[in-house]
Amino acid sequence: MARTVAAFKVDYFQFLGQDGKLLDEQHVPAVARDFDRLTDLYRLMTLTRAFDKKAIALQRTGKLGTYASSLGHEAAHCSIGAAMHEEDCFAPMYREYGAQFYRGVKMSEVLLYWGGDERGNDFSSPRHDFAWCVPIATQCLHAAGAAMAYKLKNEARVAVSVVGDGGSSKGDFLEAINAASAWKLPLVLVIINNQWAISVPRSKQNTAATLAQKGIAGGLPSIQVDGNDVIACLWAMEKAVSAARAGKGAFVIEMLTYRLSDHTTADDARRYRPQEEVDEAADKEPLKRLRRYLIDQGTWDDQREQDLVSECTQFVQQAADEYIDMVQNDPQPVTAMFDYMYQELPHDLVEQRAYAEQFPEDGGHH
Amino acid sequence: MAKITLIEGVTMALARAMEEDASVVVLGEDVGVNGGVFRATAGLQQKFGDERVIDTPLAEVMIAGVSVGMATQGLKPVAEAQFCGFTMPMIDHLMCHAGRMRNRTRGRLSCPMVLRFPTGGGIHAPEHHSESPEALFAHMPGIRVVMPSSPSRAYGLLLAAIRDPDPVIYMEPKRIYRWQREEVEDDGEELPLDVCFTLRDGEDVTLVTWGAMVKETLQAADQLEQKGISAEVIDVATLSPIDMDTIIESVERTGRCVIVQEAPKHCGVAGEIAANLADAGIWSLQAPVKRVCGYDTVMPLYRNEMKYMPSVKRILHAVNQVLEVS
Ligand SMILES: Cc1ncc(C[n+]2csc(CCOP(=O)(O)OP(=O)(O)O)c2C)c(N)n1
Ligand SMILES: [Mg+2]
Repeated sequence: MARTVAAFKVDYFQFLGQDGKLLDEQHVPAVARDFDRLTDLYRLMTLTRAFDKKAIALQRTGKLGTYASSLGHEAAHCSIGAAMHEEDCFAPMYREYGAQFYRGVKMSEVLLYWGGDERGNDFSSPRHDFAWCVPIATQCLHAAGAAMAYKLKNEARVAVSVVGDGGSSKGDFLEAINAASAWKLPLVLVIINNQWAISVPRSKQNTAATLAQKGIAGGLPSIQVDGNDVIACLWAMEKAVSAARAGKGAFVIEMLTYRLSDHTTADDARRYRPQEEVDEAADKEPLKRLRRYLIDQGTWDDQREQDLVSECTQFVQQAADEYIDMVQNDPQPVTAMFDYMYQELPHDLVEQRAYAEQFPEDGGHH
Repeated sequence: MAKITLIEGVTMALARAMEEDASVVVLGEDVGVNGGVFRATAGLQQKFGDERVIDTPLAEVMIAGVSVGMATQGLKPVAEAQFCGFTMPMIDHLMCHAGRMRNRTRGRLSCPMVLRFPTGGGIHAPEHHSESPEALFAHMPGIRVVMPSSPSRAYGLLLAAIRDPDPVIYMEPKRIYRWQREEVEDDGEELPLDVCFTLRDGEDVTLVTWGAMVKETLQAADQLEQKGISAEVIDVATLSPIDMDTIIESVERTGRCVIVQEAPKHCGVAGEIAANLADAGIWSLQAPVKRVCGYDTVMPLYRNEMKYMPSVKRILHAVNQVLEVS
């Protein structure tokens, strides 16, 4: 005789419709009425988008290296930053600038990193956050380790990491879930499912109905939210972060969104996905609907929008100027590659460093 | 005959191998519809279908492990890692399985797989895209390691790698993917997996290198020629095993040797070659063997990457040192 020994369901949450109206006025989280908070988020999302545009322009004019755009991910990214406390720890992948700006990372620092200068990883704040992480999904385990440290040291801090739909296929992500479940870690793992991993669509990663259920398989409460609905994202993040902080263990949130840009500036998405799909996704993007909502609620208007846009233009220009000034007028010398290798430079590197100093201007561009 | 680039040599060899052997299967991230992020597999999926050119889920450990499994059961997987930096977790399956399969089963099972990936710096790529990890692979017993430096060698060595009955790591120096064009006939002729290529004859000094460093080394040889110094240039091409006979024969004539590698110096392939020279070529040497290498540091982000890599200037500096010894 067979009996069911385990069953699961995955709940999906969306509060704000594509048209900027609440789906159900009666059932909304408190944050939907917190207009100060939502306006703040809207401002940061707009700034993040302006930054993105600037970074791409810098890349196109040869002033920046390969850059990974965050276009379309603003609600997901910014809500992550907004839900965290400063003392919490963020382990990003490589495009969650909105979360990082919220936490105090400077726009010029993001540009330095993609501009090929290690000083971009030396964030002004928060000093304990992890640097950008290119080897996909490895950051999930570092976040689990950070959560372990907070748990063992009895600190009420939470580690948050993000992974893509592609990255959710890697062992590192699944192992982080497993560790968090085994040790009841204060960890929040956010899957930012933007439907594409470079040219590989979500459907080719696996046939699971959701990616959130991977968390359930490992024993963690897991949900799916509309990643273009900032109310749903923020609500879910706050719920997960406060549960983790209260010692209730880890949480997985899958945010459904769409990568509206090429994978990076080195990619050409026209080779592998139809424009109609992108256009359709563009209608669902997160800023439009939040703006409509705020306008309907009387907390936003055209004048404010205009002011914000010019403010953002000015901010991103300042950041670009700061970045260009630094790499042009204060570039890292050849010795910079030695000076952070160890706390104390071993004798063989002391020798190599002295040798390298004989070739200070070497190489340049290829 | 068309003139092709190094990366087109890779594509041509893949197509040829797939045509002549139905058990050859290409797999990796973005290799199918997209044709690879560098276009190495462009057109292959259209030609051979999506069961022979497979876009995999994003998981390098899976790619390596599945390739081992496929290879033991009658297929010839040619797996791609998107960049050198992402091969690190694959080492588990290479070291603990691929390289040992034949030995530990006393020949009952074998592992005829190829793992290919772009290597080295110099294209302004992001972090973890520009390292030169060949020594890590060359250190593994049971695995061959190959790195071509021209379109024809890319073609001939890849064909040989795919046809070889044992695992082969095929590293592609991406800085020179499109450096030179060369006429390469698609004749299915392979090149040996254990022979060096002498690119330039010389009498005064032997310059030994491989991969993208061939470019700077040949430029250094040109500059030396203008000063009346004749440098022999050898492209090692097969890093495991290394054809020491060709190198020693050259050093017997020149008496001097400089080895150029982009990878960090410590425990690198250059050190292995120098040790072999100390062992079997010591009586021919008229000067110490010098190595010009990347530093034993983390590969810098792109703004300083060319400062990390051996330059023509640094090569000439070392050549002058060995020539000064009399
Ligand atoms: C371990 C590893 N393998 C491959 C790559 C190359 N790569 C960079 S981004 C990417 C796709 C990532 O897709 P996803 O996880 O969905 O994140 P997204 O870029 O869509 O935000 C790949 C294959 C990498 N950076 N790291
Ligand atoms: Mg994705």
